[in-house]
Order: sequence, then C-alpha cells, then structure tokens
Amino acid sequence: MNAAASLRTAVRALRKNKLRSLLAMLGIVIAVAAVMATVSIGQGAQAKVAQQMESLGSNLLMVLPGSIAMHGVSTGSGATQNLTRDDATAIERELGSSVAAVAPINRTGAQVVYGDQNWFTQVQGSTAAFLQVRAWQLAEGEAFGREEDASAAKVCVLGQTVVKKLFIPGAPVLGEQIRVKHVPCKVVGILATKGQSFGGSDQDDVILMPWSTVVRRLIGSQADAVGQMMISARSSSSVSDAEREITALLRQRHRLSDQAEPDFQIRNLAEMQNAAKASTETIATLLEAVAAISLIVGGIGIANVMLVSVTERTREIGIRMAVGGRSRDILFQFLTEAVLLASVGGGIGLSLGIGVSKWMAAKGDWPTLLSPAVMLGTLLAAGLAGVVAGFYPALRASRLDPIEALRFE
Amino acid sequence: MAPSDGAVVETRDLEKIYRMGDVEVRALRGVSLSIGPGEFVAVMGASGSGKSTFMNLIGCLDRPTRGLYRMTGRDVGKLSRDQLARVRGEQIGFVFQGFNLLPRTSALENVELPLLYQGVSSRERHRRAAEALERVGLSDRLDHTPAQLSGGQQQRVAIARALVNRPTLLLADEPTGNLDSRTSVEVMAIFQELNEQGLTVLLVTHEPDIAQHARRIVTFKDGVLLSDVSLSRRRLAREELREQTA
Repeated sequence: MNAAASLRTAVRALRKNKLRSLLAMLGIVIAVAAVMATVSIGQGAQAKVAQQMESLGSNLLMVLPGSIAMHGVSTGSGATQNLTRDDATAIERELGSSVAAVAPINRTGAQVVYGDQNWFTQVQGSTAAFLQVRAWQLAEGEAFGREEDASAAKVCVLGQTVVKKLFIPGAPVLGEQIRVKHVPCKVVGILATKGQSFGGSDQDDVILMPWSTVVRRLIGSQADAVGQMMISARSSSSVSDAEREITALLRQRHRLSDQAEPDFQIRNLAEMQNAAKASTETIATLLEAVAAISLIVGGIGIANVMLVSVTERTREIGIRMAVGGRSRDILFQFLTEAVLLASVGGGIGLSLGIGVSKWMAAKGDWPTLLSPAVMLGTLLAAGLAGVVAGFYPALRASRLDPIEALRFE
Repeated sequence: MAPSDGAVVETRDLEKIYRMGDVEVRALRGVSLSIGPGEFVAVMGASGSGKSTFMNLIGCLDRPTRGLYRMTGRDVGKLSRDQLARVRGEQIGFVFQGFNLLPRTSALENVELPLLYQGVSSRERHRRAAEALERVGLSDRLDHTPAQLSGGQQQRVAIARALVNRPTLLLADEPTGNLDSRTSVEVMAIFQELNEQGLTVLLVTHEPDIAQHARRIVTFKDGVLLSDVSLSRRRLAREELREQTA
C-alpha cells in the first residue's frame, strides 16, 4: 500500500471514531500547547534577563566603601568616607592592563524644575567614564568632559523619563536651562533609553552631572569621598584579574596590614549577571522538563487508544490480511493512524500554545519569545511521540493470526 | 489420485496438527486432492471433520504441518507470512459466512480493499471495484454501507470484493450460512455463473442442498477424505429461481 493510500485509510479510520480520536488527541494537544507556552515564557525570561544585563554594562565591578566598627557597633557598608577620587584616579592610572574605565559616582535626590513643570529624580554625579562603563549611548547632544568636572560646570545630561516629565513633546531641550535643587544647569545632552533595570526600577529616571558639580554644588561638600565606583574590566576574562588588582591597590593605598579587614568591598556584577542568567536557564530547563513529561503523558494516551482500537478492530485486521494485506501493511496502517493523531494534535496544540503565549504576553506582561526552531522541534517531538506510542499497538496488530482475527467477535 | 498438470489446487498427504496445551489435535490426517481449472467443488463434512482447516490451508491463511500443497504449480506450503499474504491478494478471493465487510465503509471502498494492497492506482481501483459490483448486480448500491444493505446484498458485495483482484480460485466458506433459502439460491446462481465463465470455485458447506449446486462434492470425516463424487445432474440455481417465481 502506498503512502497516500495509507494516509487516506488512516484519516477514514480516525473519522469513523471521532470522539475517540479527539480524546486521544487531547493529550497531545495539551502537551504541545504546554510546551509552546512554557518554553516561550522560559525563553522570553532569558532574553529579558540577558537584555537587562546588557543594559547594566558588561564586565562590571562595583567598589563600595566598607563598614567600620566603632565601640563595637558596625555601620552598614557605604557608611565610611574612605573611598576617594584619588583612589579612582589611581586605579585608572595603574591598572590599565585589566581595567578599561573607572567611574566614581555620588548620588543625590533632587527636585528639578523647568518652566512650570517639576519632578523629583536621582542625580548621578560622575565623569565621562560613566557612559562608557554603563555602555550608555547619548540620544542627542554630548556628554561633559574633564574640564566641566574640574570646574564644577553647571551642565547636565537628562534621562528620557526626566525629559518627558519636564518638556512638552517636540519642544527644544538641548541648551535649555533647568533648575536642579537651587542650581541652574544647562542641558547639554539626552541619554538613550535604557528601560527597566534587573531590579525593576526605571533607569531612565535620572540626571547625569559632573561629579564635582554634584558634590560641591548640590551636596555642598568639600570632601573627596566617593559614594561608589563602577569599573569595567577590559574583557570578561580580565574581570577577576581586575578584582584582585584593585583589592591589592586599595589595600596598599589605605595602608591596611595583611590581617586587617578591608575597608571597602568589591562586588563582581559579572558574577551576579552569570548567576541571574543561570537561574533563568534553570527555570527554562525545568519548564522544558515539565513540558516533556506532558508529551510523554500525551503519548501514553495515544498508545492507550490505539491498543483499544487494535482489539476492537481485530476482525478488520483479519479481513485486511485475508485480502492480501501483509504484516507491514497492517503495521504501517496503525502507525500512520498514531502519527496522524499526534501530528494533528500537535498542530492544534501549536496554535493553541502560540495563542496562550501571546495572551500571556499581552495580559500578564510576561515576556514571551516564540522561535520557529522550538515550534518545529515541538511538532517533531509530537510526531515522534506518535511513532513511539503507536509502535507497540501496531506491532500487535501486525502479528495477529489471520484465522483467529477473522473469527474474532 | 494422480497429480494432474495445470491443477489449480493440488494437495498430497496434507496434514495439520494443532497443539492445544499438551493435547495434539490432528485436524487433517493426510488429504490428497486435485482441483483443476474451471471446477466447482463443494467440500462437505460435519463440524470437526477438518473441512475448515482444509479451507484455511487452501486459502493460504495457514501453513500445513506436513504434506504438499501446490497452487497453480507453485509450492505454497513453505512460503513466509508475507509471501502467503501476496498469494492471497493476487490469486484467491474469499467469501465468508459472516460477510466480513468493513463496517461504516461504503460498498465501493469494501470492494476496493484488496486492490489497495497491490498498489493499484486510485482511479483504477474505483473503476475495477465498480465493475465488480456491477457483475453482482449492485451498481446502484456503490455508496451504501453494510448496515444499509440486506444480508444477500452484503454477501454480493463480499463476492464482488473476492472477484476484484481477478483470482484463480474463489473460496467460499459457508457463504449461505447467514442467508434465507431464496437468497442462498441467488448467491449460488452468482457462483454458478462465475464458474461458467471459467472461475474455479471451492465451496465449503454443511448443507446438502447447497452442495448440490457444485459439479463435484468431496466429503471430510475425522480429518480424511471420505468420498469424492462428481455430480452428473447438479442443481441449477437459475432454474430454481424461475420455478419459485412462477
């Protein structure tokens, strides 16, 4: 029997038992839909995390002032003032082989005013290195340089959210004068959109100003203490080198003995990024495992129905054998039915899964990602489930004795 | 009996032993028989006489334990399962007591079934199946399913199915067992007509009236041939039908 004929025979056989065929398919439909939905969520989450990680900047190290214990009371980290601009300059100057850029950062919250609009936002005081470290592009204008930092120039670069809050859409922004706290500042640049951070905060709700402008004019401090440093290593392989070298340099500069606790701490963001990536990968793998299990269950459903079907159609098998059907014709016929059930179920499940995934993306704000490779793979897996599930029943059918089968009531 | 050249069916010392647990059942104990082309042979015997076993062997549904079975000169006793299936598909047409049609399947599709396993194209299948149904007088019932047909009509569909592969041998196993007497005679009329056109027919029955339609009657008892007689005056189904109508 050729393929077209056996396909037609299978379709006819399945149609004769619509309810049973539907029930047999249901398992695979649900399985494939579940695979599509969960895998798309898993992949979407992975993609989102990867994108957020990228928005943070790559190969990042964060240096924070440490805690000190005074009269037995430990302060939290960042409470000391022992990280300085000179430390930052020294790292940049001496560790050029592993460190690409060093951005000293001091933050303060500030009310900003333009015309009759005002907004409370985060002001980041840093150097031009900040943009490099955070891998942040400018949408318009330009950043400030060393000179503006040295002179505590009254210039600022606005994040997209701040622009939206202060300015009417389409109105000129560059060159305008805004007031940050009590300090009038000229807008020299606008940052490109970054979106949400990994923690969920709006990274675009920010104003960037020269470090000395923020510290001297906004905070009003004459100290050289740095709130934190963000440092990018030259490459992913030099992150740990950089971490080690920075530790050594800072210990030396702070004159710490070998036994002393460091008065600063270094956080390896690259490691955190990897951990986050690994955890989303774990979740994705878990989801895929659940999906695979549901495929197996779906396959068992088909095997079950095919077994019942073979028993019920024993006489039909006998007739087919009597009129010249060979064992392999019978085997192939039942296998075709099983694969057909699985593929049609797979097709329905696929559309259902895509629908569910789109719905979740729209309703629940879950990031979902549907790749053609996953769809194809899922369909193939469903077909394979059909072959595996159908094989034993089909084999049983093909091995029936024609005389016994014809006598079957 | 001397083996004759050109015989459709030729058996020599055919034996079939079934093993049921520890018990051996010798269903056939050495049967030698030759059926030439164009013969119409009725096989008779009580139940347990071995006639069904004989029928299964002749129909290539089973293999003999010992002895020789040649069909149109070919030793089919030692063929594999698949080779037997091929012989059934190409050379034998079956008609069963219970009709054995596929339920919920049209008459046309039922008749097409044997051709499906011989790789005949869809159009050719349709043509030949319709032709076979026409031969048994059912050209107006092509789309009817077995449930929509009377017993006699169902058996005629089964005969059409047996004819569609142009077999050398038509094997009928109690074909009238489920039919009333008039319909039985109608079916015998079809067999006689086919036989007159040259088809070799082997009919298994326990009804003497039905066996009388054959040209030759062989009788089984306890697994051996009891008698083998040619009928000088057989019953002619067409005449019986004419008398009944008159």
